[in-house]
Amino acid sequence: MEIAVFATFALLALASALMVVSHRNPVYSTMSLVVTLLSLAALFVLLGAPLLAVLQVLVYTGAILVLFLFVIMLLNVGREAPSGGTAKGQKIGAIVTAGAFGALVASLLWGRFVGFEVAPLTAEYVELQPLARALMSKYLLPFEMVGLLLLAAVIAATVLARRDQGSGGNRVG
Amino acid sequence: MASVPISWYLLLSAALFCIGAVGALTRRNLITIFLSIELMLNSVNLSIVAYARLAGAAGNLPAALDGKVLVLFVLAVAAAEAAVGLALFIAIYRNRREIDVNRLNLMRW
Repeated sequence: MEIAVFATFALLALASALMVVSHRNPVYSTMSLVVTLLSLAALFVLLGAPLLAVLQVLVYTGAILVLFLFVIMLLNVGREAPSGGTAKGQKIGAIVTAGAFGALVASLLWGRFVGFEVAPLTAEYVELQPLARALMSKYLLPFEMVGLLLLAAVIAATVLARRDQGSGGNRVG
Repeated sequence: MASVPISWYLLLSAALFCIGAVGALTRRNLITIFLSIELMLNSVNLSIVAYARLAGAAGNLPAALDGKVLVLFVLAVAAAEAAVGLALFIAIYRNRREIDVNRLNLMRW
């Protein structure tokens, strides 16, 4: 049962991830990424992290990807033109990445990482209270710093995207 | 009920990461490159959660908690990164009227 759920969402994630990087229209890429992230959220539930799954749906698909869609429509990005003389660079990139994937799989096979059968989830592992308590005690400083980081990012984004008043747009760099 | 071996999650994570890396290396549309980077971030999140599950199954609950908190922080940083990145795209587009990385070669060495 669990294996069937895992297989379904893993295949869904892989297929939509391929769509993300292969489709020429950025709107389709973004919608495929939504599918990928939702399947990953399902896998988080399977791994006993329901809070992370909910946050994945809320923060990623609910906020970040909507922001992407807004920007795509704002910039009116069309389909990417078929590549001209970059085929060699693309080939090198693909080969390097395939090599990296081979190395990752090899390290999984040669290390002690095959199998890793785990016991079924316990209520102790899934419950949220320890997570909340850790966030408010052991990780209080990083937690506050992330809040500060988000504030700084919001201010930076506002400043960067703002149209200059009076001078007729940002100067051309 | 047989549970899924953790190595399957790690394999899936590696595959997603490499798909994202291919996208980031070979695409020329800034938006698609950014989407690929988000995909890579998420695949790493998946492997962190998988390792947290492994630690939890081995009885090391504090380590599992560390993993979950780390994923929370990665989510927050990804949100900040997306906001700043997209604002940069808007600024670039306003100046250049295009976001094709092949033609954004002002700072090329």
